[in-house]
Formats: sequence, C-alpha cells, structure tokens
Amino acid sequence: MTLTIASLSAGYGRTTVLHDVTITDIPSGAFVGLIGPNAAGKSTLFKTIAGLITPTNGTLTIAGEDVTHLGRKDRAKRVAYMPQAYGCNALLSVFESVLLALKQTTGWRVNDDNLDRVSDTLHALGLSHLANRGVADLSGGQAQMVAVAQTIVRAPDVILLDEPTSALDLHHQLSILTSIRNEMDRKKPVVMAALHDLNLAAKFCDRLVLLRDGAILADGKPEHILALPQIEETYRVLTDLERTQRNVLYVDARLA
Amino acid sequence: MTLEVDPTAIRHDYVARVSRRYGVIAAVFGLLCLSFLLDITTGPGGYSLSTVSEVLFDPMSHGARLKVIVWDYRLPVAVTAVLVGALLAVAGAQMQTILNNPLAEPFTLGVSAAASFGASLAIVLGFSVIPAVGPLLVTVNAFVFALCTCGFILLATRLKGVGSETMILFGIAIFFTFSALLALMQYMASEDQIARIVFWMMGSLSRASWEKIGLGTILLCFAIPFSLYRTWPMTALRMGEATAQSMGVDVGRLRVEMLICISLLAATAVSFVGTVGFVGLVGPHIARMLVGEDQRYFVPLSAMVGALVLSLTSLISKTITPGIIYPIGIITSLIGVPIFISIILSSRRERLQ
Repeated sequence: MTLTIASLSAGYGRTTVLHDVTITDIPSGAFVGLIGPNAAGKSTLFKTIAGLITPTNGTLTIAGEDVTHLGRKDRAKRVAYMPQAYGCNALLSVFESVLLALKQTTGWRVNDDNLDRVSDTLHALGLSHLANRGVADLSGGQAQMVAVAQTIVRAPDVILLDEPTSALDLHHQLSILTSIRNEMDRKKPVVMAALHDLNLAAKFCDRLVLLRDGAILADGKPEHILALPQIEETYRVLTDLERTQRNVLYVDARLA
Repeated sequence: MTLEVDPTAIRHDYVARVSRRYGVIAAVFGLLCLSFLLDITTGPGGYSLSTVSEVLFDPMSHGARLKVIVWDYRLPVAVTAVLVGALLAVAGAQMQTILNNPLAEPFTLGVSAAASFGASLAIVLGFSVIPAVGPLLVTVNAFVFALCTCGFILLATRLKGVGSETMILFGIAIFFTFSALLALMQYMASEDQIARIVFWMMGSLSRASWEKIGLGTILLCFAIPFSLYRTWPMTALRMGEATAQSMGVDVGRLRVEMLICISLLAATAVSFVGTVGFVGLVGPHIARMLVGEDQRYFVPLSAMVGALVLSLTSLISKTITPGIIYPIGIITSLIGVPIFISIILSSRRERLQ
C-alpha cells in the first residue's frame, strides 16, 4: 500500500494555492513530516488529499488505485484527516465523540466490534481516564488528543494530521507522537503530519517534505532535508545541525 | 499523566449510559401517556376516566352526546397537542444542530411571524396564495408563508460566508419584517377581523381536526426515519463543521436536506395551531440535559418532551378556570418560561448525563 501524489494543483476559487505538488511512493508505515512556514499550503494539501478540495490538476493514488475523484464517504474510509484544533460545545462524552467518528463509515447500528475499537483506541492513546468526560470540558491539549483518537479509530490507509502537537505540552507532544508511531507499527497506515517543531519532525519522521508557497522545495530523509540551505532561507533563520549523544538530530535555530 | 483504566470498564460505562438513556426515554413516554389520558378526561362536563375510555373503545357505549364530546372534540385536541408539540420540538432540535445555535427554533427564526402574516392576509383581504382552498384558506396561507420563510433561510445558508450567527440575525430580521407587515394588516382590518387575527396569533388547539392530525402524522412518519438515517452525520456536526467535514460528512448537503425537512415540520405545526413559542426551545433543551446530544436519543426524546409540554399545557389551559379554555400560546409562555428559567438556573452548566 503506497500513497502517491502526482503533479497536484489546487486552490480556493480562482486562487491557486498548490502548484504541481508531487510526492511519490510513500510506503505504508511511513511517517512523513510536512514542514514549511505558515501559509505554505500544508492545510490545503491535506484538504485536497482528504477530498475537501477538488484539485484542478493531478492525481492521487492509494495502493495503485486512482482516488482523485472518489466521493466524500468512500474517501473517508481510506483517508482520515484531522483539521487544526477547534473547540466545541457539544454535550457528548469523549467515548461518544470517538464512536461517532467511527460510525460515519461503518453503518447505522453500533455493534460490539465498534465499541471494542473505540475502547482500544482510547486505551492506546492513554485517554481511557477521559472516556466519560464531556468533550466541552476538555483542555485544549486533551481536545487535540481526542481529535487524534477520532482519526486513528477509523483505521484508514492514510492519516493526515494538521499540527497534531500545537496545543500540547512537551510531555504530551512526545506521548502523542509515540502513540501514533506505535499505532503505525500495528496497522501500517501512511501518516502525514504538518509539524512546526523541526526537532520533533527530526525525531519522529522517516521522511520530510519542505513546502513553501504551495510548491515542494525538498523531499527526503530528515538529516538530509534539515541540512539544506533552503531551511534557513524558508524559515528566515540561521541553523546549526547537531547530533546528540544518542544520535538524535538537533536543529539549533536563531534569528538571522 | 497516563492513568491506567481497564478498557473493558469504559465500554461498560458507555453501555450503562445507553441503557440509562432508554430508561429516561421510557419514563418520559410514560409521563406523556399519563398526560394524554388526563387531557382527554379533563374538560367541561367532567366524565370519569373509565367512562371516557369505554367511549374510546366503543364510541356509542354512552350515547351520541358523549361520542361527540370524546371523539370530535377532546381526542382531536389532545392528539393535536401531542403531535404539534413533537413537530415543533423536532424542528427546534434540528435547527439548533444545523445552525449550531441553542436559540434557533421556528419562533426565533421568524417562521411563526411569517405564518401569522399569512393568516392575517387571509383574514383581512381574503387573499389566498393558493387558489380555491375554501375553508382552509387561513391555514394554507399560514403554511405557505412559513414554508417560504424557511426557504429564505435555506437560500441564505447557501450564500458564501454566511455563518450560524448571521443566520440568527437573518431570522430576527425576518421576525421584525413580518411583525411590521402584520401590524399594517391589523391597521387596515375591521374590529371583527382584528379579533380573529389576535385569536389566531395566540395559538389555540381548538382548530384541531382529524384531517390535520392525519396530515401531521404522515409528515412525522416521514420526518423521523429521514432524520434517524442522518443521526451520525448530525451528531458529527455537533463537533464543529470542520471536524464533521473531515470525517466525510457533506455538511452543505446535510444542511439543505435537514432544512427542507425542518421547514415542512415547522410550517405544518405553526399553520395548525398558530403562534406557540417556546416549545421548540424547551423540548430540545430538556432533552439535551437528560440524554446529551447523541442524535439517536436526542431527537426522539426532544419530540417526546415537546409533546409532553404541549399536552400538559392543554391540560392546564382547561383546568385554571373551570369552563374556560385559555389559548395555549399564552400558557406556554406564562407558565412555561419561569419553569424553564428555573431549570436552567438550577443546573447552571449543562452536564453530561
């Protein structure tokens, strides 16, 4: 199962945001980090892959099957997209909110398998203790973890996470990304995450794609990408790339 | 911080919560049946429950007079109360969900005001929107105007950049426009016509008839499966539009489909009984407090609470002063609002049940 994005162009109305984006052969079980400054087109790329925006050009292929024009519901079975965090005031428990995400594509009746999947997902993400809490009563970070649970529970081929760590403290940043990695080891989906923290990207991703002004500047292994001069240029900073004792990449950035 | 909680325990909690909800729904249904029975046994003349129930099963058992009282008068009124309460509450519940606003209901969105104007147009000018409807002139006019208002709201949701707050403002604008037009009609009307308009606007169950009940029942039988089929997307919508969309819900299409359904429900209810504010608000709010917002339980319970509220109102309207039946529109607002406010204040914050 691989995901291929071939010369994809898309936008809103007459404004084209993505220009000829190509990311080839992302194998199942790969964690791709999408990096780039604000307004680089990261969310637009995710929305286009998720089918919320119809591309003006290009194709999307999952496991050799062209899904470019697959309908909303069929697409949702293959691709799960987590938009950037928004609060909500619904009177629903965390358990129910994860269940409803699963039920969008699994028929009307709630069966035992559905309930098992919801409790397993909450357990895997360390959210079991929140199961009976109301979604409106969650902190920003907890809400973000629940949003990740809503995405993972659907067991899709492709998981798209738009800034999954933006509202999280350090512990939860690591814990959520570790849980996602563990989940990937079990079910082997393709995971793409838009990340602002280059160090987190270096630590967790197998591959990084640098996006700027809706076009791809670079695509490759983290140690390769982070060492490129385009990083300094794109982010308008000076960087030094170091390796820690445990051979983890560390990007030291400062203003130019 | 990761607390270890047994995964089977949270599953049990959910299953327990679901069965508690069925319990609540059964209890409200019980209360509704009780209220309905009291409603048909209450009225000028005061026959006992056993006499009335005998007439229900065998119309002629106590003579023609009692048959007329029970079958042609009390029963249509009691059934209409239940039916209209359910229609208004379901319409309110779903408006609140698709517009993401707890204030949305047929009354606040100007549907009732439009219906009143339609009715007054028929009463004062004898003008009919649909020709040759005969005695149903007032009802049909009210229905058409209510439906057109819902159509306007529907069109407005299709405009780009119109959020749910704008929708409510739009509803308030409609409300004021039709109130002004209504005042104009009253200014032009004769004393007798003014009396009829005012009486229509007060909301009354005395306009009940078996034909209307049949029509309303058919509509409800269509609307309930229609909305049950869409319960999961509708519940997802409560998580926010962006989230629902990311889960594969076509939010734009869902809004249009549901608004069409709601329009029919609201227009029918309002044209049957006139202006009855507040039931479309209180039904969903009490239901939400009792079972939360999983639409599988929320929508049916809203219907039942709405039906119960209007059925109790019908009962109260007959018992305050023996021999006088007050218009229900007055009762729902006068007695209902203080009760509603006390419910809201007693549970300051809506807690998940």
